[in-house]
Amino acid sequence: MDMELLQQILIAALKTGTPLLLIALGELVCEKSGVLNLGQEGMMLMGAMAGFAGAYYTGSLGMGIAIAIFAGMSMSLIFATLSVSLNTNQVATGLALTIFGTGLSSFLGGELVGFTIQGFAQIEIPLLSRIPFIGQILFNQDIIVYASFAIVGLTWYVLQKTRIGLTLRAVGENPHSANALGIKVLKVRYLAVLFGGAMAGFFWCLYVSRLHTNVDGKHDRGPRVDCPCIGCFCFMASRLFDVGRLSIWLRFYIAPRHARVWF
Amino acid sequence: MLKIEPRIESSKLMTWLSPIIAIILTMMVSSLMFTSLGVSPTKAFEVFVISPLSDSYNLGELMVKSTPLMLCAVGLALCYRANIWNIGAEGQLLIGAVASSTIAIQMGEDAGIGSLVLVLLVGMISGMLWAAIPTLLERIFHTNLILTTIMLNYVGLYTLLWAVHGPLADPQGFGFPESVIFPDGVLLPIIQEEGRASISIVIAVIVALLSGLMLYKTLPGFKLRVFGEDPSAARYAGFNSSKIIWGVMLFSGALAGFAGAAEVTGPIGQLIPSVSPGYGYAAIIVAYLGRLNPIGIILAAFFMGTLYMGTDLAQIELGLPTAITGLFQGTLLFFLLACDFLIFYRIAIQKRNPKHTTPPLVNSEIVDTHHESGVA
Repeated sequence: MDMELLQQILIAALKTGTPLLLIALGELVCEKSGVLNLGQEGMMLMGAMAGFAGAYYTGSLGMGIAIAIFAGMSMSLIFATLSVSLNTNQVATGLALTIFGTGLSSFLGGELVGFTIQGFAQIEIPLLSRIPFIGQILFNQDIIVYASFAIVGLTWYVLQKTRIGLTLRAVGENPHSANALGIKVLKVRYLAVLFGGAMAGFFWCLYVSRLHTNVDGKHDRGPRVDCPCIGCFCFMASRLFDVGRLSIWLRFYIAPRHARVWF
Repeated sequence: MLKIEPRIESSKLMTWLSPIIAIILTMMVSSLMFTSLGVSPTKAFEVFVISPLSDSYNLGELMVKSTPLMLCAVGLALCYRANIWNIGAEGQLLIGAVASSTIAIQMGEDAGIGSLVLVLLVGMISGMLWAAIPTLLERIFHTNLILTTIMLNYVGLYTLLWAVHGPLADPQGFGFPESVIFPDGVLLPIIQEEGRASISIVIAVIVALLSGLMLYKTLPGFKLRVFGEDPSAARYAGFNSSKIIWGVMLFSGALAGFAGAAEVTGPIGQLIPSVSPGYGYAAIIVAYLGRLNPIGIILAAFFMGTLYMGTDLAQIELGLPTAITGLFQGTLLFFLLACDFLIFYRIAIQKRNPKHTTPPLVNSEIVDTHHESGVA
């Protein structure tokens, strides 16, 4: 295979895989606390819409990220209120969130279709980026990709090595025992769902970091048409893998399949 | 002081009252939304609820929209009753439409009732086979049924898109993604003077009634309900769980496949990419709105059909975007699920502080998802 092409594919895989990875990470934490949130797609789309709108109107990508995270969290709060507090069926609530989020985002974001914003700048790390082949792949990326390395590491550490992680896993594995130990099960689950929502807000970066342009016509119908079932993939991945393997798998295995449309 | 306490028995009254409360709450929220959009709520209400029922053409369209919803929802309700999370009605419907179109376009102008039955049967069987894939995977490899059924929806959608762009496309269609228009012989008979409502609505209602009868008055229905409510009790009673799962999955697949076949041979009359505006997903809401009861689903399907009609009309008359359908459906399902809380809990007025402490709500609320969603 042409090495140049391979390098380009890997760069794109890392970029497009990053938001997917973050979403899956959120779902993984949710899943570990015993909550099955099938509303990923709704939260993602709301995050994408709000993030783009935020960045467009404030002119700052940082604000865009903050607003996207806030939007994702607001959506997940609806889910948490229903499924954790009111004890509704998680599958049905998740689907409701997907339907609702898809509708709301294309309803609110309809006016934004066709607008453009400047994407994240590439940050070249001085020495490392000159390593042959992998230098350009790993060390000439945008800030989100670098941040994702930190987020993945941190999540792994918190889940596996700290008391917080232990509490979270205990709640997921045996809520009744956790409750008997005095852990506030509902509170832990709320926080986990909110974390999932915040991570889903990062879906927006998929548009910006790769396209450098706009939310475009895709958003009108939701990304269902072009990248089907991303939420679903992420969810499946979170079921199958732990944090470490997840980050590799999503970036280099799944992402190129979705990235295809952008090549 | 108000206090929430679990009911000893689930409330029968609330089971039927909660959809009505949910519908009222949805209407309240949506009138707020309309006001913010600058549309008067009374005008919106007129467009959404009154005009779909106003003349015979609109009434026919209402039946057209309700038919696939009803058929899919009945199948899904039986699955959910058995605690089997089949989300795949959409894919099964689309595959039913594709497979029946494959046969329908082969028929000549002299095709008769026999050909129509064949076309519908092919749709049914292919829907069934599509549902058999996740079931088989679940039975052999213990895969998660929720995920496999959702994913097969997308596979179904892309199969449809491939078919209308490629092998089933009209050779004289100038590259439009459409099949040829089916010959009259394979079209379902129309039951009204003006409008497109076909005999499939009658079939859907009959199927719903029979399924209701089956669920509540026969042994297989009883087995299914026991299996859904307490799998270990069902096992102890010697009910064959494999048979139940296969039974409901194939049944719901057949109904969804039939719905797809009835769409292409009924109101549409050819295979087009937009066979279903998300009927399979909306059917999940219909199933819940109808209390997972086939008889209730008849009413719920007509209600959801009205909503679909309403958004179509709102687009024409009020200039509102179609995305509103999703908003309504989502809001409705949210409220519906939230109101179901009242079935199992009640809000009581506490007179004075009791000395003994009641057990915290948290105990009864914790759900073990790994059991609930049937995941190993």
